[in-house]
Formats: sequence, structure tokens, C-alpha cells
Amino acid sequence: MTVKQLAETLGLEVLSMGDEPDREITGGYVGDLLSWVMGRAKSGDCWMTIMSNVNVAAVAELADVACVILAEGVEPDEPLAKKFDTIAAAVFRSPMGSHELAWRVHDAAGV
Amino acid sequence: MEKLKLHYDVDGEDFTSAGEASTDVKRVLRRLGFDSDTMRRVAICMYEGEINLVIHGGGGVADVEVDENEIVIVLVDHGPGIPDVEQAMQEGWSTASQTVRELGFGAGMGLPNMKRYSDEIAIESTVGEGTTVTMKIRPAG
Repeated sequence: MTVKQLAETLGLEVLSMGDEPDREITGGYVGDLLSWVMGRAKSGDCWMTIMSNVNVAAVAELADVACVILAEGVEPDEPLAKKFDTIAAAVFRSPMGSHELAWRVHDAAGV
Repeated sequence: MEKLKLHYDVDGEDFTSAGEASTDVKRVLRRLGFDSDTMRRVAICMYEGEINLVIHGGGGVADVEVDENEIVIVLVDHGPGIPDVEQAMQEGWSTASQTVRELGFGAGMGLPNMKRYSDEIAIESTVGEGTTVTMKIRPAG
């Protein structure tokens, strides 16, 4: 399933569609400790987090995830919102918690 | 490939620009045609190092040398130094402040990630003078 299809299927709020809306999602990762995410998330993952500060953008870019879903409806802070256009990954938001999101991403994308 | 040298000044306590040097290095490696695994390993090592300079080092400098066989990252700060390097290398050990933890760092994964994703790591640290971390990453094959 592509990043764009995931957003449509799960009804995610699109904060940025990123550079590659048709990129295939190849895995999922849930985590809020950024160094942990940095070291463990894989290229092509859908990363679900409640973190909303500017460093989310750097981690998403450097870990090469396909998309980020901000869970629990968290509000990205202003420096992060400004970075959306500069990173390749799509950024979505959902009122769902990370557990429910992970379950739904697994169900929809088969990862 | 002629050896390419990159230099970055990293501000202390500036989380807004943290990651910019790492992102630039990744961009350069992509342009030079490095494989995605090498880019990722370099990006992780560089970012963790950059964050350490911001959190612990009070800022510092990052120098990166790139040739086709090896990428060498040298991070230098004049911060408080690391009293026990062996302890600092353990997963979960952290001296980061509560504020830093609230930003999602301070999980004690910085140096362990750098060790895990580099082929060689050397840490020279003197309490009260600062720390120099040297990492070497070699592309597979």
C-alpha cells in the first residue's frame, strides 16, 4: 500500500504529502524516544509517534521512513510545521492512539 | 574519488537546527551515489553525534571526510567531558536533563547507536576539557 492510499484508507489528516505519495509502505514502527526510533525504525516504515517537536522531522528524514503519523491528535510545534515541506516523508495526523493506529496500519497495509 | 571534506559548526542548545549537518551529509552521499544502507548508517552516527554536541558538549564542530572506501566523522566539543566512557556506552545510561528527555532524547541510546552503526568508533574524553569522537563507516562490498 502506498503512503497516499494509507492516508485515504485510514482517513488521516494530511499535514504534508511529502515528495513521494506513491511510495510503498514496507513496515511500521511505534516510538517516541527519538534515538531509539533513529536506531530501530527501518527505511520505508510508517512511523507512529506522539512527539511533536522539530526533531521529528530530522529523524524522519535521516531514518528514511515513508511517512509519519502524529498520534493522539498532537499539535506539531511551529518549528516542526515549518519543516514539513523540507522532508521527503509524508506527515499525517490522527486522533487515534498509537496502539489503534498500529493495528489499523497493519490491517490496511499488511505490514 | 578525490577525498571530500565537509565542516560544520554545531550550536549548543539549539535543537531547532539540530540535524541540519546530518541532513546535508546524507544529501552529499546521495549525490555521490552511495548505497542507502551506507547513507543511513552515516546519517544515524552523524545525527547522534550532532545531538550529543547540542545536549552535552555546549556545541562543537563536526568534520566529515568522504571517499569511496570510507566515511570518517570527527566530532569535537569543549564541554564537560565524559568521566566514565565505558558506562556512557551502555544502552540506557544517560545524564541528559529532564527538558532534553521531554524532547524525546536522553534515552541513553546515542553512543550505543553510534557504536552499532559505525565500523570503528574511538572516544577520547578529558573531564573539564571536552570530548572527541571519531567514527569510521565503510560501505559494504
